[in-house]
Amino acid sequence: MREFVTSAVTVVTVYGNDFTTPEQQAAPDSAAPRPADDEPASFRALLEADDRVEPRDEMPEAYRKTLIRQIAQHAHSEIIGMQPEGNWISRAPSLRRKAILMAKVQDEAGHGLYLYAAAETLGVDRADLLDQLHSGRQKYSSIFNYPTLTWADVGAIGWLVDGAAIVNQVPLCRCSYGPYARAMVRVCKEESFHQRQGFEILHTLSHGSDAQKAMAQDAVNRYWWPSLMMFGPPDDDSPNSAQSMAWGIKRFSNDDLRQRFIDMTVPQAEALGLTLPDDAIAWNEERGHYDFTPVDFTELFEVIRGNGPCNEQRLSHRVRAHEEGAWVREAAAAYADKQAARKQTESVA
Amino acid sequence: MNASPEEPLWEVFVRSRRGLSHVHVGSLHAADAEMALRNARDLYTRRREGVSIWVVPAAAIEATSPDEKDSFFDPAVDKVYRHPTFYDVPEGVEHL
Repeated sequence: MREFVTSAVTVVTVYGNDFTTPEQQAAPDSAAPRPADDEPASFRALLEADDRVEPRDEMPEAYRKTLIRQIAQHAHSEIIGMQPEGNWISRAPSLRRKAILMAKVQDEAGHGLYLYAAAETLGVDRADLLDQLHSGRQKYSSIFNYPTLTWADVGAIGWLVDGAAIVNQVPLCRCSYGPYARAMVRVCKEESFHQRQGFEILHTLSHGSDAQKAMAQDAVNRYWWPSLMMFGPPDDDSPNSAQSMAWGIKRFSNDDLRQRFIDMTVPQAEALGLTLPDDAIAWNEERGHYDFTPVDFTELFEVIRGNGPCNEQRLSHRVRAHEEGAWVREAAAAYADKQAARKQTESVA
Repeated sequence: MNASPEEPLWEVFVRSRRGLSHVHVGSLHAADAEMALRNARDLYTRRREGVSIWVVPAAAIEATSPDEKDSFFDPAVDKVYRHPTFYDVPEGVEHL
């Protein structure tokens, strides 16, 4: 296995997006991936033909590093994302809701594993990636640093957070790196169930008692802006985007994807009978899009810096789960060794 | 934190239904083949995507190298006569 490469710059990947806080952008970061002047001709030819790059193909070191970072942080987001929803499994309002939520949380674990497997094709070990997560050297999506205060939050996460994730992830199914693109095809197929179950939770609450409707509205109010932040800073302010687009990792700009998400979501909110917490939302006939208030990214960067409501809790829970699960991994290894030894004895006899 | 034993990597192949061959779907870590099969079921067939699973130790796979793809596959390049379209068929001849 090749040595794992650490970038000095903390880049935050949000479900397959890739951006930094402003101070990190300003810092001259020689360790950050930079377009190589010496891109192998075979690599350039693959990109120009819109063909896929596969694990053992020649590729620029910066492309490989960027992918490792992005895929790993995408994987971390999936497994950390189990926590806010896992919080409600034991308190789901019915057996049906509980079974669905368990299936969804299990899917998130699965998505993490698809992605760790894709990252490993680039020559890193999953154990190293987890270590980078646990020690805080790699990040996960800041959306999961918000708490799930009520049952309606589970609905809002499914509808808005998974909805935003889908908009971000669908273009990744055509990403230039084959294993990442294939993992994303699986993920996207499964995400649409996640979004619908969230929508259904909110729809039920919204058509229930006044208190239930108020709970749904409150959840949407709290998750709306963080969901829009998931697409990352505006295009002018997103220095990694251009290179990622040139490499065929990223296909659309942050602002385009954000607009696409808003255009999809506004009519859905109307169907739910809920409002979005932005008075500026209005159809713009000329643009053919909904107008909205520009997102204030101060909060996003604060959360990335570690000052979100649940940063500490999410990470310490992850580390604890890993440590407390050590005995399971050890037992599995011991059992495998014993079986292998027994087989060898039998074959000798 | 990394005291845990390293679990080997397995490549997973799934037959989606009878009549089709097993197709590579991804990889996973597991201590032994039995665990690899169980993990593969949970990871790659949660929605009835398969009726049969193979797991193969990743270390056991030999592959052609992308560097030699031209020379390695060269022998096939100049044998166009292996394809039926190479041959001229007189007009009016059918079922050939």
